[in-house]
Amino acid sequence: MTTLALDRLRWAVLDGWTLTRRSLQHWARQPGAVAVTLLFPVLMVLMFGYLFGGAMAVPGGDYFEFLVPGMYAMTMAFGVEATMIAVATDAARGVTDRFRSLPMAPSAVLLGRSSADLLNSALGLAILVLCGLVVGWRVHGSVAAALAAVGLLLLLRVALLWLGVYLGLVVRGPEAVQAVQILVWPITFLSNVFVAPETMPGWLGAVAAWNPLSATAAATRDLFGNPGWGATSWPAAHAVELAIVWPLLIVGVFAPLAVRRYRRLSR
Amino acid sequence: MEYAVRAEGLRKRYGATVALDGFDLGVPPGSVYGLLGPNGAGKTTAVRILATLLRPDAGRAAVAGFDVVKRADDVRRSIGLVGQQTAVDEVLSGRQNLVMFGRLHHLRAAAAGERADELLRRFGLADTGRKPVGRYSGGMRRRLDLAAGLILSPPVLFLDEPTSGLDPRGRTEVWEAVRALVASGTTVLLTTQYLEEADQLADRIAVIDAGRVVADDTPDRLKATLGGDRLDVVLHRVDDLGPAAAVVERVAGGPAEVDPDRRLVSAPVRDRLAALTEAVEALREAGLAVEDLAVRRPTLDEVFLRLTADDRTGVAA
Repeated sequence: MTTLALDRLRWAVLDGWTLTRRSLQHWARQPGAVAVTLLFPVLMVLMFGYLFGGAMAVPGGDYFEFLVPGMYAMTMAFGVEATMIAVATDAARGVTDRFRSLPMAPSAVLLGRSSADLLNSALGLAILVLCGLVVGWRVHGSVAAALAAVGLLLLLRVALLWLGVYLGLVVRGPEAVQAVQILVWPITFLSNVFVAPETMPGWLGAVAAWNPLSATAAATRDLFGNPGWGATSWPAAHAVELAIVWPLLIVGVFAPLAVRRYRRLSR
Repeated sequence: MEYAVRAEGLRKRYGATVALDGFDLGVPPGSVYGLLGPNGAGKTTAVRILATLLRPDAGRAAVAGFDVVKRADDVRRSIGLVGQQTAVDEVLSGRQNLVMFGRLHHLRAAAAGERADELLRRFGLADTGRKPVGRYSGGMRRRLDLAAGLILSPPVLFLDEPTSGLDPRGRTEVWEAVRALVASGTTVLLTTQYLEEADQLADRIAVIDAGRVVADDTPDRLKATLGGDRLDVVLHRVDDLGPAAAVVERVAGGPAEVDPDRRLVSAPVRDRLAALTEAVEALREAGLAVEDLAVRRPTLDEVFLRLTADDRTGVAA
């Protein structure tokens, strides 16, 4: 590597850190808002577990043991909103343009966003794990398998970072942001997180079974040694493979789209 | 360096819309240049190209001697950009914003902190530097925005409608800040829709309309192109506009302009006093009900309207 390329890399990392730091300063200035986002999944676990859990029969175990890994995956998916809103707000306020007029590394804008959002999601996951342990969720598999499960969850989050960046650059105005926020719900619920896809009408069940979120949820249940719906369909039987392939596919599609969209700001 | 900012034949279109259609500009170092034009004239497009945010379809431009396309990084090191919106982080404090932008300009942490404090003092924000920007007034935000554009004391500063949406007090605050900057030798390219603002701040004004510069001169000489004093007659009834125009043209010895919306007849005159007395008499003789009558200096609005009204009617100033 030439010194010039090394220098560029160094600035990309340093500028990226400056922007990560900006997000951390946001947390410090808005602890209430951060607490709400972090505790929301906890609320979901308690709500679904105690309100609906009694009516749910999961083969081979307790509903909480089943529900909690699904909620981990769902929390990763919800992260797409945070990324999208942050990117859209900077673009709408002209902050993105100011960054583009500075002699900083262009990739740092993305690097800073990614690391801040990933940190936030990792923290959210840690809190949810504690919550899970309190309500009775346990890891039954090996430590290596559990770490692999965490890795798959963060992989999904990384993939959705790109989707979030892309959406943030595409959506215009608060109404569009809200529309996407609302759509996240049916898309995440259309999965195996709460109920078995087999209980849904045929085609809907197929969509739910193929949902990338279902793959990550089923794979993490498997790796944590928690009860699941079983290998009732092809995607359910290949959950771990799909939990790797889906995120890579999402990155493959949305990373180029997002970069293209960012470059087109100067067209 | 002959020009701090130089644009030659810039063209830019968005689909069917032509934003810039052969835009030329030469801004000498150390001057304040006003880019004046109605909404959609191409002012912002021009500034965005000069600030490396947009690529031109055709033409060339150089800022601080660097080509805006080929040497974009060098241009970015030489400019400050203050856009139409206050592009600062609303959650962070004013100081945190300036430190962040300082770091992004590759200042070391200590230097970025010192520079932030210095700029906060200079823009009268020292007391509020630790408050979140969300709680700033409009004028304070714009001043912070200006400060963020001045981290490295750039030789060239672009101000894109720096006072749009501000109340009169906020406007005055920003004007004072800009004047102080100019005194320190910064070249400023300022876009505005407010003629008063261009008149107040700029040494030279380029009037831009439909993507090209239609006039380029000092404010005084632009005003002089309208031919000195004007006689204005406001009538009581619209029906009287025709006869009144005939009277005014006789008194002025030249063509008069008629504005039915304001029931106004107006014409340039040479001798103020003679025109006034003659007009009063002639209008009374003709039996026309006059609501108001005055002789006055032309405003930049008129220069502007005349220059931009060729292909358009009823441009509000």
